[in-house]
Amino acid sequence: MKHTISVLVENKPGVLARVAGLFSRRGYNIESLAVGMTEDETISRMTIVASGDDLVLEQITKQLYKLIDVIKVFDIPKDVAVERELMLIKVSCNEKTRPEIIEIVDIFRGRIVDVSEGAVTIEMTGEESKVAGIEKLLKKFGIKELVRTGKIALQRGSNE
Amino acid sequence: MELTGAQAILECLKKEGVHTIFGYPGGAVLPLYDALYYEKEIKHILVRHEQGAAHAADGFARATGQVGVCVATSGPGATNLVTGIATAYMDSIPIVAITGQVAMPLLGRDSFQEADITGITIPITKHNYLIKDEKDIPRIFKEAFYIARTGRPGPVLIDIPKDIQFKKLNFKYPEKIDIPSYKPKYEGHPKQIAAAAKAIQASKRPVIYSGGGVISSGASKELTELAIKCNIPVTTTLLGKGGFPETHKLSLGMPGMHGTVYANYSIQECDLLIAIGARFDDRVTGHIEKFAPKAKHIHIDIDPAEIGKNVKIDIPIVGDVKTVLKALIEKVPSKDDHAPWLAQVEEWKNKYPLSYKKTDEIKPEYVVEQIYEATKGEAIITTEVGQNQMWASQYYRFTKPRTMISSGGLGTMGYGMPAAIGAQVGCPDKIVFDIAGDGSIQMNIQELTTAVNNKLPIKIAVLDNAYLGMVRQWQELLHGKRYSSVDLEANPDLVKIAEAYGAKGIRVTKIEEVRPAIEESLAIKDRPTLIDFKVAREENVFPFVPAGQAINEMLVD
Repeated sequence: MKHTISVLVENKPGVLARVAGLFSRRGYNIESLAVGMTEDETISRMTIVASGDDLVLEQITKQLYKLIDVIKVFDIPKDVAVERELMLIKVSCNEKTRPEIIEIVDIFRGRIVDVSEGAVTIEMTGEESKVAGIEKLLKKFGIKELVRTGKIALQRGSNE
Repeated sequence: MELTGAQAILECLKKEGVHTIFGYPGGAVLPLYDALYYEKEIKHILVRHEQGAAHAADGFARATGQVGVCVATSGPGATNLVTGIATAYMDSIPIVAITGQVAMPLLGRDSFQEADITGITIPITKHNYLIKDEKDIPRIFKEAFYIARTGRPGPVLIDIPKDIQFKKLNFKYPEKIDIPSYKPKYEGHPKQIAAAAKAIQASKRPVIYSGGGVISSGASKELTELAIKCNIPVTTTLLGKGGFPETHKLSLGMPGMHGTVYANYSIQECDLLIAIGARFDDRVTGHIEKFAPKAKHIHIDIDPAEIGKNVKIDIPIVGDVKTVLKALIEKVPSKDDHAPWLAQVEEWKNKYPLSYKKTDEIKPEYVVEQIYEATKGEAIITTEVGQNQMWASQYYRFTKPRTMISSGGLGTMGYGMPAAIGAQVGCPDKIVFDIAGDGSIQMNIQELTTAVNNKLPIKIAVLDNAYLGMVRQWQELLHGKRYSSVDLEANPDLVKIAEAYGAKGIRVTKIEEVRPAIEESLAIKDRPTLIDFKVAREENVFPFVPAGQAINEMLVD
């Protein structure tokens, strides 16, 4: 089962290595990992998508807490999560295919951020399924390059 | 007061009550050793290999309960500490390792003797630091010692670039610690403690499974009180030895792979297993699904991650063992209504005692028994790893905490002698015996010089079978007697080696020489003694549970 784990850590050098190393040496799978500073510049938030049953998740959480630089760990349940991922995708195009690509991007509410003679670059934000959906439709035009941020997430509500 | 980084380091150590450190100099710690040159309050013990420094700091910590400190230079000096740090990590031993690092401008350029020691030691330290600003020295040392000794103890490494050791700072040692993300929990949850008390009351066949947490938390008095109050038999793991007196009638000795038959039978038949500061290690549990199959599990541990890691727990109590046991003793009424269970345990004890066959050869078990008798059970025993370690744990009966010092988790050969040095430095009035094998002792034999130089009267009992005995035993029993690379008949003359180092060397080839040799070593107070006991070559450690089997499926001879 997939879990979205949000980890607040001290914003210090080496913290990412500590967290990533923990996952690999204990045999937990990371599907994606996104890191960035929070509203407090001394604290970073890592959003980690990991798979495993409840027991594995419990161990991951406890082992994360053992790292001195880890402040808080929470599993964000799917039903209360606001989740987003950003993808940049560069697709081959020519005069014939360009209208169809633009149409697809419009339907998915993506944005074209760069156009050149043989390619367009599209910015797509959304939940995992939406991002995966546009990728699937654009495949036939020829994907030249693609980059994803990995999922970031927050819990809905005021957190009180 | 204005100090250099190097002076500040020493000042921090003094503030933490450190008077002895174990180390080895080198380029990147020259400023620190220069400061040590003038230092009166801190004794530096020069080892002959950095691994020895880490093990000595570890042995010092285990024997005294204080944080042990070791020092090494950058690069190879630091990497030589790695085995010692990993040993301490696996057994939750508080040490602080200080390493020099290349100067800041050289960092990350593959400079001479540069190694990313903080990167290397992430998985084997509780925490580590690279100091990049001399002003951080006091805070980081304060934190390091605090982290090492509190909660579940463990090693902390501090890496300090050479130029930082030269730079000046205005030294002020912080009084308070502020690590918001590190707040160990000491009190157990009252509801859980009440539930445990109720389970103990309801049980008919309880067993205590106590581990190293009892020693590190200083809870042997409380453990003994609980066991006696409720009449519960107690097994003590290798690291838990001394937490409950093995001479007591409720003692079951050690459980697991080379545990006593009665400890393992008791665990397999019990209806309540009370795990106290223990971690359900595979050497204890054997086949994990078949471990204590009839029992409800209580688990008391300060590390929440240990709860449910290997075994499903019915009543978890997260907290300091001593604090929790105190509360539990108050909650649980005294109990003596499981006489049939105790009678059953007694029957197993009588039927399957630890035993070995006496022949006209020197049996290693006999040597350990004689050491036990000659030292009246009062010695600090360190061990190497392998058969020597298991015989030491089976035939020496430990009654006091911090008297059994052995690498349990990592199983580090070459640990025993440097650990004995650390223990002897920490406890100068105690007799310290390293029970060794002829294989292990050669892994850190160079530390004999350290013991001689410092007039440390440690005793080294080499159970010399000219084999890598434990590996040979597995090859005999599990690999069709194919003795692959275990024959050590080409051993050097260990007595001559001892003498060459300036230690006393004694060779024992006859049974009647065993005790006199031990007595002779006990009379030597100014230097180490190595006794080379030529023991029966193919003696095996029994009982023996082959890895992966249930612990009651044991081979007994």
